Amino acid sequence: MSHKAHVPIGPYHPLQEEPEFYKLVVDGEVVVDVDVRIGYNHRGIEKISEAKSFDQSIFIVERICGICSSSHPISCVQAIEDIADITVPERALYIRSINQELERIHSHLLWLGLAGHFLGYNTVFMWAWKYRELICDIMETVTGNRQNYAMLKVGGVRRDIEKEHVPYILSRLDELLPKLDMLKGAVLDDPVIHARLKGVGVLTKDAAIDYAALGPVARASGIDIDARRDHPYAAYDRVKWNVITREEGDVFAKTVVRILEMYESASIIRQCLDKMPQGPIDSNPKDIPAGEGIGLAEAPRGECFHYIKSDGTNSPIRHKIRAPTYMNFPTFRETVIGQTISDATIILAGIDPCYCCTERMLIVDTKDKDLMNVEKLIKLSQDKTARIKEKMGIK
Amino acid sequence: MNIDEALKSIADHFGSRILKVSKRSAKRAYVDIYPKDVVDVVRYIFKEMAFRFNIASAVDDFDGLEILYHFSYDASGIVISVRALLKDKEDPHIDTITEITRSAWWIEREIHELFGIEFDGNHDLRPLLLPDDWPSGVYPLRKNFVAQKRDSREE
Repeated sequence: MSHKAHVPIGPYHPLQEEPEFYKLVVDGEVVVDVDVRIGYNHRGIEKISEAKSFDQSIFIVERICGICSSSHPISCVQAIEDIADITVPERALYIRSINQELERIHSHLLWLGLAGHFLGYNTVFMWAWKYRELICDIMETVTGNRQNYAMLKVGGVRRDIEKEHVPYILSRLDELLPKLDMLKGAVLDDPVIHARLKGVGVLTKDAAIDYAALGPVARASGIDIDARRDHPYAAYDRVKWNVITREEGDVFAKTVVRILEMYESASIIRQCLDKMPQGPIDSNPKDIPAGEGIGLAEAPRGECFHYIKSDGTNSPIRHKIRAPTYMNFPTFRETVIGQTISDATIILAGIDPCYCCTERMLIVDTKDKDLMNVEKLIKLSQDKTARIKEKMGIK
Repeated sequence: MNIDEALKSIADHFGSRILKVSKRSAKRAYVDIYPKDVVDVVRYIFKEMAFRFNIASAVDDFDGLEILYHFSYDASGIVISVRALLKDKEDPHIDTITEITRSAWWIEREIHELFGIEFDGNHDLRPLLLPDDWPSGVYPLRKNFVAQKRDSREE
């Protein structure tokens, strides 16, 4: 006779300690259903933006997320530029691309480290986060901030990349690439990681289309989309690069896509630095007319979508923001059902979810209840790796 | 398929059921329809023309609640937004599109709680973002909603 149990997880996120609530229904070890509750840190940014001027709203959306803090502003400024038909100076387009790609490398490294941690590979975690610092250093030098760069404005960028910064950026990238090779080898050539990730949490191509999945999640399921190429913005149509896709749709494919994308990003940055023309970085637009505009940008997790409607005053009457995880997250339901509970954490991590939140207090009644907390779940996942290693005779 | 071909395909298929087609630029267009036709139009664009569903968004405007379904065709980088105007702000209704694509699952829940639009045929309209004890009939993204000050000292 089967016995179904409910496993509540959260409202702290099992991956990044952001507040989310999951209810996994398990039959023995196997997940048979899942329900998700979000909104524990809904900040009403769409409503706040309606009360701000167009210039201020860029700073508001920059604070949606600490990791994608150039993806939301770039979508936002592109939506406003779409309303007013503003042309952006050439040099500013290149600077926007460089900023976006630096962000992508640091975000993918951050994810790789966390994924390693959940599998019990704490060395990968330490390495990935250590080498991420190289990118944060570049960001600090170029923009003045490690996060929340405040680089973007309607009609251009707020800061130029100084001539003396170019060799510095290149030298840091030179330092990073051998480390990426090492990480790539450590992750992709490891038989234990193959055993843990291959065939796990498969998202089929049809399901990915139905759920309108985005970014690395879609590309790992064989959908060849990338807003940088399909909806050209910044300087992406002026440099040569490849969209990485895989057919398998499992967590391993998602990992491969993210790792290989970092190499493409590094190549884009080099080409942009090389080709970047001299000239103004801002077209100083004045009024925003009435109308509506859409801005699309490829954030590290997928396409970021902003819709802005203006009535000709200084602030939008509607500012719709759609972050990529909003579309990717529901695919978790598709991928986790039928898998074991010890794989649930890494399948969720495979989406690279981002909730842009801070913490919130919660009281849990632990009397007479067997509670499965974050540590226990991560332990379950790490124990599974240990068992596989033991079976393979690896110490 | 460029934007003119896509708009022609929609116009040919639906004829007088399309209220207005406005081409904003070479990459963006807006198509106005009657709310009752939303399922047919969305099914045609999503299934037959193989567009990707970006998201839906609602706007509280003077003459009613406007709901837009944004679709993109990535092979040529175009975005077409289908617009339906719900004139009755007291009791706005539109058919659900979750039967056509599961990607509309969350956004219908979100628009339902933030704008108070009923999606007929969607049986899972539980709150997504707002807390469970949120008062009924209060829709934060409507223009008549005024956020309360959090700190009483400011009053």
